[in-house]
Amino acid sequence: MHPFLSAAIGGALIGFSVVLLMFLSGRIGGISGIVGGLLPPKLADNWRLRLAFIAGLLLAPLILNAVVGFNGIGAPTVGFAILIPAGFLIGAGSALGNGCTSGHGICGVARLSPRSVVATVTFMTVAVVTVFVMRHVI
Amino acid sequence: MTEILAGLIAGFIFGLGLCLSGLADPSVVQGFLDVAGAWNPALLFVMGAGLTVTLIGYRLVFGRGRPLWAPRFNLPTSTAIDTPLISGAVIFGIGWGLAGYCPGPAVVSLASGRTEVFVFVTAMITGMIAVRWMRASLAAVPKGLGQS
Repeated sequence: MHPFLSAAIGGALIGFSVVLLMFLSGRIGGISGIVGGLLPPKLADNWRLRLAFIAGLLLAPLILNAVVGFNGIGAPTVGFAILIPAGFLIGAGSALGNGCTSGHGICGVARLSPRSVVATVTFMTVAVVTVFVMRHVI
Repeated sequence: MTEILAGLIAGFIFGLGLCLSGLADPSVVQGFLDVAGAWNPALLFVMGAGLTVTLIGYRLVFGRGRPLWAPRFNLPTSTAIDTPLISGAVIFGIGWGLAGYCPGPAVVSLASGRTEVFVFVTAMITGMIAVRWMRASLAAVPKGLGQS
């Protein structure tokens, strides 16, 4: 399959998933928010929904691998010295900005939320600048 | 029961989407962000298709008036474009560029069993807890305190 076609199918599935979650439970399908509600200091009331969502997320590559022998998971491109601070930053940043690529980038932009549009443009721009500095400046 | 069913089905479809989209491969993500290098436009198709489906789907769902298994839609109410939103997005963007993982793909990649991904997700959760804890302690300050 052409990578652009599988990218479009993947995107459509992500869209279908967040629409389905809104249809069934009336919730935004933002991963950082779903994970955040399971963390201290306060467990969210609907922790079952959140935990089940994460179980579904983990099940997908395992079943895909068993059925078609492919799961699309790639290898990290950087070592621990970058992975650890980067992980902390996406965790802290998404908690502070109330959303990530899915919550702001897909759900929020599709709701035409000005907050999400501003957040999405900001993190995309900063990510592009970060990669530019990493690959072409340093 | 309906909560678990809704979460499991939506999470599974979301995970399939991540696996097929290329987002679970940091080299694809960084290839998309590297506009000055060998730019890989694949993620434009992910965003384009994802947004199209969600725009139309949300419209249909909101038109129903209420969700199937919940009394009402639970939507963000804040409209303020404030410092936490912008600084959060900036911090998130730096982390996303550095490693090529955002939260969904990071969680999905745990299925590969790679130590690097477990370490990354642990760091991500630590960052989330740090901010949640900070916010909770700020909110717990009684009104009037600190306003001299």
